[in-house]
Amino acid sequence: MSIETAPSAGATALDPTAAVATRRDIQHRLLMTLGPILAALIIAGCILLAVGVDPLAYYGFVLEKGLLSPLGIQQTLTRMAPLLFLAAGLIVAFRAGMWNLGGDGQFLLGAVTAAASAPVFVQIMPAWLALVCSFLIAMVVAMIWSLVPALLRAYQGVNEIITTLMMTFLGTSLANVLVKLVFRDPGTTVPQTRTLPVEDRLPRLFETTITSGLLLGLAAIIIVHLVMTRTAFGLKLRIVGANPRAAIHSGLGVPKLTIAVFAISAGLAGLAGAVDILGVQGNVRADWNPAYGLAVIPVVFLARMNGFAAIGFVFLLSVLSIGGESAARRLGVPNHFTLVLVSIVLIVLALAEYIDHRYNQSRRV
Amino acid sequence: MTGLFSEVFLSALLFGAVTAAIPLLLAGLGEQMSEKAGVLNIGIEGMMLAGAYLGFVGAFYSGSLWLGFFTGAAGGIAVALVMALLCVRIGLNQIVIGIALTLGLEGLTALLHHFQFSRSYPRLPAVDVTVIPLLSDIPVIGPALFRQHLIVYLAIALVFAMGHIYRRTQLGLNLQAAGDKPAALDVAGIDVMRTRTIAVLTTGALAGLGGAFLANVGAGLFIPFITNGAGFLGIVLAMLARGRPVWVLFGALLFGVCLSLTTAMQVAGINIPTDIIQMLPFLAVMIMLVLFGRRASLPAALGIPYERGAR
Repeated sequence: MSIETAPSAGATALDPTAAVATRRDIQHRLLMTLGPILAALIIAGCILLAVGVDPLAYYGFVLEKGLLSPLGIQQTLTRMAPLLFLAAGLIVAFRAGMWNLGGDGQFLLGAVTAAASAPVFVQIMPAWLALVCSFLIAMVVAMIWSLVPALLRAYQGVNEIITTLMMTFLGTSLANVLVKLVFRDPGTTVPQTRTLPVEDRLPRLFETTITSGLLLGLAAIIIVHLVMTRTAFGLKLRIVGANPRAAIHSGLGVPKLTIAVFAISAGLAGLAGAVDILGVQGNVRADWNPAYGLAVIPVVFLARMNGFAAIGFVFLLSVLSIGGESAARRLGVPNHFTLVLVSIVLIVLALAEYIDHRYNQSRRV
Repeated sequence: MTGLFSEVFLSALLFGAVTAAIPLLLAGLGEQMSEKAGVLNIGIEGMMLAGAYLGFVGAFYSGSLWLGFFTGAAGGIAVALVMALLCVRIGLNQIVIGIALTLGLEGLTALLHHFQFSRSYPRLPAVDVTVIPLLSDIPVIGPALFRQHLIVYLAIALVFAMGHIYRRTQLGLNLQAAGDKPAALDVAGIDVMRTRTIAVLTTGALAGLGGAFLANVGAGLFIPFITNGAGFLGIVLAMLARGRPVWVLFGALLFGVCLSLTTAMQVAGINIPTDIIQMLPFLAVMIMLVLFGRRASLPAALGIPYERGAR
């Protein structure tokens, strides 16, 4: 499958009208993002009206709780941390043309590993080292989990959509088994892992409740973006993604690169699980599955696998989900409405991009 | 433990396996047709949910199970219509739209359920079964296989009908060409968009029917997220079957047995977390792939929108 690369903004740098063009470009992009979101809000508002809820009151509440209130914005920024790691992992995989749809399994196994190891590590080493070790071991476990699909794809040519989907079902069940049978906290009646004390978790930023995992997530996605766009390794991966046969002919070790892509992608998903546990949750309850992975996949596509654009979309997703959760508690509109809203936003954004593309084409011809 | 392998238990296990397999079979057959025609239909989970919800609503308010199946299939088609419009006609990314549709239908059906049924949780009465004479008297497999609702037999007949369509008809050839070399089909004077649209709408109808079966026959009620990944299992089945409907049937039965085993173990009071048994079918398939993983024969143009005259 081919990957469309975003038109490079730097190409017109020598043009005297470049500054004007860039400003117009930015304006255009803002319009093409905000316009569809507004349209999606209106469509979703009609659904709210149909079930007898005042859309303006609902949106006002979501905006208030997800973005404007101090607590809400802090929760939103905290929610972004795991999503950013997941998005970073998907950017690597999708740019290299590999459909890693197994993010949820890798995320959960990373989370369970971190939850199981951190309370043990803090007893034998300083807290900061325990956190680092937990992150590393979560990453390694997720990487190992991706090894089977990676090897099958690299050496047998087995389609990775099937294998990663199956591994994600397996991983979700395995994570549950581990929580219920192996790492279960004997001190509680509810099956869950031992809880990491709040003072041993990832530090919070300044005087807020925002986890410092946010900074780690931002760093991860920016590093991934730079590696994919500015380094020889990134170029190799993009060649594999754009045309695997050409990659073989230009002497690239495609099987090894395939395994590397899966390892990086799954490792980042594992880190996403770890950052959620070590920064926010503190433990894993049985049958806990936030299913972030599925929601992040289309986000990464809409961002055209661009790291900076992905940050923006992840922020939007977080605002909607945090605001939606508050609204579910206060207004009696179930949290499920957020899914509907996110889905409509995705479809309208994709449509707008298509219309914009066609409009540009017809103007050029 | 003595009661574990009694005749009644085995029969119930097998009966449950068939009931669990039918939605997977319908989803797998539907997905197979889309994939043959070159459309990777990730929205199938959403189509099943639409079918489950509308199928339940239809059956609940009319009192007729058949009308429920009809509305379920119509619900699946309605979602498929959006997919066909956006991914086949306009050519938007199939994975983005597919996941968006799945998320949206998950939310929408749960939302409607919340406002409509969440206080009463109504149930449908038990379904009428069609007893096949003589065969249903065979011990163990008789009550399990030959005392099912009529639609079960129809679904199994559909497997062979599909095989016939793919091998012996013009439509089957067209579908294959639409997935492998759409340009050739276009040159032959057959509308690629139309062929693919037919495939996607058929998928919607089958997935919707599968969802309606899941809600009306399998569970007797609708609950949010009732499909619980059945659509994704359908995708896995379709890809493993490599274009052959009979393999979808075998795969669906394998998964059905494992799903049925989960409930049977709980009934028998065996203290194994259900998660372990739920892992079994996936484990079996992964081991099969590791041992016999040859180059999968997916259609060449799978997932690529067709645009006439494009390079």
